[in-house]
Amino acid sequence: MIEQALLKVEDLAVHYGDYVACEQINFELFPGEVLGVVGESGSGKTSLLKALSTQLTPDAGRVEYFSDIKGLLDLYELPESQRRQLTRSEWGVVHQSPRDGLRLNVSAGANIGERLMENGERNYGSIRQQAETWLENVEIDIDRIDDMPTTFSGGMQQRLQIARNLVTHPKLIFMDEPTGGLDVSVQARLLDLLKKLVSQYNLSVIIVTHDLAVARLLAHRLMVMQRGRVVETGLTDQVLDDPQHPYTQLLVSSVLQP
Amino acid sequence: MYVAVKGGEKAIDEAHALLAERRRGEQSLAELTVEQIEQQLSLSVSRVMTEGSCYDPSLAALAIKQAQGDLVEAIFLLRAYRTTLPRLATTEPIDTANMHIKRRISATFKDLPGGQILGPTYDYTHRLLDFKLMVAEQDTSDKGLSAELEILNEQMDSETSEAVIPRVMDLLNQEGLIEKEQPIDDIPVDDITREAIKLPADRDVRLQNLARGDEGFLLALGYATQRGYGHTHPFAGEIRLGDVEVEITPPELGFSICIGEIEVTECEMVNQFKGSKDKPPQFTRGYGLTFGYSERKAMAMALVDRALRAEELGEPVKSAAQDPEFVLMHSDNVEASGFVQHLKLPHYVDFQSELELIRKLRANDSADNKETTE
Amino acid sequence: MSDPDYNFAYLDEQTKRMIRRSLLKAVAIPGYQVPFGSREMPMPYGWGTGGIQLTASLIGLDDTLKVIDQGSDDTTNAVSIRKFFRRTTGVATTEKTTEATLIQTRHRIPETPLQKGQILIYQVPIPDPLSFLEPRETEARKMHALSEYGIMHTKLYEDIAHYGAILHTYDYPVMVNDRYVMRPSPIPKFDNPKMDNMHALQVFGAGREKRIYAVPPYTKVKSLDFEDHPFEVQRWENSCALCGADNTFLDEIVVDDHGERLFACADSDYCQTRQAEQGGQR
Repeated sequence: MIEQALLKVEDLAVHYGDYVACEQINFELFPGEVLGVVGESGSGKTSLLKALSTQLTPDAGRVEYFSDIKGLLDLYELPESQRRQLTRSEWGVVHQSPRDGLRLNVSAGANIGERLMENGERNYGSIRQQAETWLENVEIDIDRIDDMPTTFSGGMQQRLQIARNLVTHPKLIFMDEPTGGLDVSVQARLLDLLKKLVSQYNLSVIIVTHDLAVARLLAHRLMVMQRGRVVETGLTDQVLDDPQHPYTQLLVSSVLQP
Repeated sequence: MYVAVKGGEKAIDEAHALLAERRRGEQSLAELTVEQIEQQLSLSVSRVMTEGSCYDPSLAALAIKQAQGDLVEAIFLLRAYRTTLPRLATTEPIDTANMHIKRRISATFKDLPGGQILGPTYDYTHRLLDFKLMVAEQDTSDKGLSAELEILNEQMDSETSEAVIPRVMDLLNQEGLIEKEQPIDDIPVDDITREAIKLPADRDVRLQNLARGDEGFLLALGYATQRGYGHTHPFAGEIRLGDVEVEITPPELGFSICIGEIEVTECEMVNQFKGSKDKPPQFTRGYGLTFGYSERKAMAMALVDRALRAEELGEPVKSAAQDPEFVLMHSDNVEASGFVQHLKLPHYVDFQSELELIRKLRANDSADNKETTE
Repeated sequence: MSDPDYNFAYLDEQTKRMIRRSLLKAVAIPGYQVPFGSREMPMPYGWGTGGIQLTASLIGLDDTLKVIDQGSDDTTNAVSIRKFFRRTTGVATTEKTTEATLIQTRHRIPETPLQKGQILIYQVPIPDPLSFLEPRETEARKMHALSEYGIMHTKLYEDIAHYGAILHTYDYPVMVNDRYVMRPSPIPKFDNPKMDNMHALQVFGAGREKRIYAVPPYTKVKSLDFEDHPFEVQRWENSCALCGADNTFLDEIVVDDHGERLFACADSDYCQTRQAEQGGQR
């Protein structure tokens, strides 16, 4: 049996005027797979992530998504209403800065409950109960449920952002440098948690990072980007331990050198 | 026994009578005439015409008299009158290059063709109260103008009315260093007095809104840009005051005819611009235009106009003056004054609802406290 | 006789037609906010210019107009607006809810149920229910277009989480015809149930914000809530001290220097009618 790809990307390109952010991007993502996109800043990886997660309309190419409920969907042929519906039910986006991904003026509970309410949940008790479950899942004390996210530490805010996304049991998560700006020990704890959640909920993830250690820990497969193009792809260990492309070699050696 | 607040109609009539009495002031003093206001408070008249969107000095003066000198109230009166006027024609764009100049200065060149013409300005007055003005001059009719002023006026007339004084912008443009003016031809211009503003708004809508906008609000915003809240690196390229012809093109004629002259103040700011992805380094423009003589307003308007172009020019939008929705939705003093002052209207039904809520919440609180202490 | 210096009902006929066109659109899409070219009126913005423009474009010679503010015909602004229309149209005015064909209101729906053929005209200060939750108008428009209203319930959730109850007491948001979330204008939530399936046409005018919206007769209007925290209206322990009604919205009136209070119907016509009936029976 050939497994149905969850996401299929063909010849995707993003331009800013004459400047090419990324182009000729082709890949498939399968259920339960974690794909890491690595490269230096300016390599086009964030633009690619935005174009995949409908935060930015690409200038060329196709993105197909296979929905359990709705079947195969061509993202940019879909009406905007359905695209937005998709992003708040079957997808999740974890931003680098929790400030972009959280509502800072409502409580932690409301942050988790918002997606449920957007999707039609109208029972307060049930929303509350699911919010508590998800606070537990991301290792935040349930007593903090009515506190504002602004009173949380950076690591807690990031975990809250993850809970807010996962509460509707999405299948596909986009992450942009989720550990950026966190202390090393806090990073480690967050990565452990992510790894646990990914396997527990069989999540498919596309994670953008410049940190090869993060990529090694989370990603099954890697895509290396340089100047808007993919220069190398492969299994994570293979790419990191035996890089073929000179740019990847440089990237790897620059990290490994003490 | 409580009686509902009755007799509202009578109270309103009495209030209006008191208002009329207060407006008239001390009866033994001569009543102000509309002509006096038009002639002697002409800067007030300019502001009321500009923000009232109606060029009519005598009606503006009447509004100022009726409003006891409250200019925002006068602007409101003129606007409400304007609503009832039929729209007979739309004028051609005025050509300020062909202005009959009364004042013209540029801060960007020491000297320039046409020269710097100070005209009637407060700029270099020493702000010392002039106690001579405490006493009205008894007889001015036969004194006339001083001989020097006569000569000056004649000179101005002969020098400026005939010669066309080129705009500074056009001089800079010969080198191609400043962005081109948008051609006026084919773009239909919206009318914010007929259609609700839709966001995002183009520059035609933004400029109309700013022209009608409150001088104080624009002054504060423009000032804020200078202090770093949306800095635009401005230079006063040119400020000119004078009369321009107003033309219309009746469809049955097919050519334009002059229907009169109006006095306007125009300000063109030149703003340094380092360039963006799509645009080379160059000078950009901010534009201000008012009826009559309203230099402060025209300059503030030009600053805010340029600040509002931040998004178009690829600059980060971080400050209030760069945010079109913030500026356009809060610049109008007739709207703002009405809504702020509507808090005077009775709100007792809503207040009653809130009373009930606060009582309920407090009752819950004290019940909770009881539980915990027990 | 109407004032000969101004057109009938002040506005020129072109403007009235423009407003009626916007109104037709509003009626066709219940709860949707239609932008319109709001005019400068001779009353200040925030004092009912939206309602006044709607009344001006709806009123005809054979209409009977009632104007209320806080439920009463005799509050100063209601008096002023009624006087304006008497002066500019010469049409009959009334304080009787049952006799009016047009009722312009601020902050209340009359207690007497409205009938088919009547039009209730609301004055609206802030039309968009998303205003304070999503300050960007462009984004708010998109949320309405796509029916993305999760954020409305997020606000209600917060109230319950922090205070144990929904704190909206007036201008309580409603869902119209299962499609658009709408602000009912600052009427007390006590009046919300009256909007549901009303026999009369309800139209809403926001002059300063330049929006018109409407609820056609017999349209579903549901106040937002949770299954386990259902919408509730205010209740009083007292009855009206003047007419004895125990099912109306009551004003609380301080009657002496010792803070002694008295409760009486906010709807002055309803209260007086009941008092007259009781007097007749005696």
